[in-house]
Amino acid sequence: MTVLESQPTVNQMALGVRRKATNAIMLSLTGVMTLLALVPLFWIIGYVVYRGGQSLDWAFFTQLPKPLGMEGGGILHALEGTIVMTILAAVFATPPGVLAAFYSAYHPNTPLGVVVRFSTDVLSGVPSIVIGLFGYAVLVVPAGHYSALAGGAALAIVMLPTIVRTTDEMLKMVPHSLREASLALGAPEWKTSLQVIFPAALNGIITGFLLAVARAAGETAPLLFTALGNERYEIGLIIRNGLAQRQSALQIIGRIVDQPVDSLPLTLWKYAQQPYPERIEQSWTIALVLMILVLFLNIIARLWVEARRRRLQG
Amino acid sequence: MFAQFKTLLASPSPAWLKRLYGHGDPIWKLLLILGSVLVAVLIIAIGWMLWNQSADARAEFGWGFLLPTLDARWDPVADSFRAWPFVYGTLVTSLVAILLAVPMSVGVAIFLAELCPSWLRLPLNWMIELLAAIPSVVYGLWGIFVFLPKTVPLVGGVLSKTLGQIPVLSTLFAGPVPQSGASRLGAAFILTIMIMPTITAVTRDVLLSIPNSQREASLALGSTKWEAIWRVLLPYGLSGILGAVLLGLGRALGETMAVTMVIGNSITARPTLLSPGYTMASVIANEFAEAVSKLHSQVLIEIGLVLFFLTLVLNVAARFLVWSVARRTSCEVRL
Repeated sequence: MTVLESQPTVNQMALGVRRKATNAIMLSLTGVMTLLALVPLFWIIGYVVYRGGQSLDWAFFTQLPKPLGMEGGGILHALEGTIVMTILAAVFATPPGVLAAFYSAYHPNTPLGVVVRFSTDVLSGVPSIVIGLFGYAVLVVPAGHYSALAGGAALAIVMLPTIVRTTDEMLKMVPHSLREASLALGAPEWKTSLQVIFPAALNGIITGFLLAVARAAGETAPLLFTALGNERYEIGLIIRNGLAQRQSALQIIGRIVDQPVDSLPLTLWKYAQQPYPERIEQSWTIALVLMILVLFLNIIARLWVEARRRRLQG
Repeated sequence: MFAQFKTLLASPSPAWLKRLYGHGDPIWKLLLILGSVLVAVLIIAIGWMLWNQSADARAEFGWGFLLPTLDARWDPVADSFRAWPFVYGTLVTSLVAILLAVPMSVGVAIFLAELCPSWLRLPLNWMIELLAAIPSVVYGLWGIFVFLPKTVPLVGGVLSKTLGQIPVLSTLFAGPVPQSGASRLGAAFILTIMIMPTITAVTRDVLLSIPNSQREASLALGSTKWEAIWRVLLPYGLSGILGAVLLGLGRALGETMAVTMVIGNSITARPTLLSPGYTMASVIANEFAEAVSKLHSQVLIEIGLVLFFLTLVLNVAARFLVWSVARRTSCEVRL
């Protein structure tokens, strides 16, 4: 009787087959979904390279836009604007970001440490268009005009959460014994932080910085009402004029950052909405340049992290 | 360069620095606190500014500004504004995007966390993250010129011929389908691709944080791998996965450039998914720089305030849900 009972009935065997089939189907479905999820990636990259590559040449980087209807013309103004604003953003965001990360990494359970981590997470979820509105109200309205400075500050807010979070994580990866050894040798807290821990975590911090730069360089929305756009922006001309008028370096830099500028994504957005085929064509080329820039920064940063992790794990 | 930096730090300090030496710690601590306070204050500053700058608009229109209405007036010349078409556009595109993205993302996350061979894991993770790194404007450009004309007329045509004929559902799926693809459905498609990496990454981390004993126990009781995932791991990580979904929803609500490029930017009273629409973020992007009157820009800032508030709530809720899984896990590991 007991032997008979342990024999699987036909019904149970069917159930086993069904369970196995469900298992196989669902597991392979997750694989199919993964493949499907990667289709847009290759489709976008492939198409942008194909369309954008057609009119990519050196003149595209070295000329200002030509009036509509004329052949050629480049994106020098947008390239320079992107560089200026990204540098400004990095200068504004890096010091407070790294300091805040030091605080939250070494005082994680204090109220301020919790607040920092919490507000970093929340800040990274704030829509970038809202950051643009904030930049407009805080920097453009009081100054009375749009400027690269306001655009850079808005981008800095976009960069800040990435810098704080990655720096925090990298600081936690530095072995605690290093810090203890330094403190035990009598070095004060600030010297330990700056001369022992900071260099040890530097690679990781630079990685986070590169990711933040990549994100800021591709952002459009915060610039719509802060940088606005300026097709005649040319740093070389500003510098030549400044030198001719015997202005100091500080004055020249002031002139460079204190006027409306374009950026690559901003120009792409404007060109894509215009009904002229040559502008659409150029917007594909801008997309290619932008994508190469952003993906290149991302891949470099990730390779760097990976190499570091391998070394740490021995 | 770093070697120089190191020697600079190691070289004998000038006199003023030596004097500072004894006072270094309080100064360092002060700097750390200043940096931290700045990060924390930014959130409050953004909220306060938006609240402050939209005071007149809020006084003028009250709550009716946001509520559903049949007469969708948006007339900057007459200073008459109702935000409902934008609120509706944002909600419907985001919700459709979430519906499409969640099964997909959870599937990918399961594959990455549970099934993927280890040599494939890193490249796949990278590729999914690159999908999140592509700038929003590039998605918009590709969407409007390549992706939407291929997909929306096809999918939309099928939807309007089937679901569009059923009485109640026809409000959502009525045709005609624009040949360009610029529609709420098209925006939802682009949003799906854009939020998928966020939901995938968080879900994957949640799955990876579930202790191995859960998997082993389930498999030891005779379940198949899928049953272990479906009956044990997903319920265990459910709150974290919900958190991931909320994060994705927050992204979708605030996404501006790509949506503005593909949704068609038209204020219509027709609620169907297959016609062009408008979202809250898009109307700010399109109109703020050229706002005619003071009230017009105030109204747009009020829309920004609503977006800020919604994403804030979603983010806070999402963090708590994700934390709850991580906290439970660390307790069990200690036991």
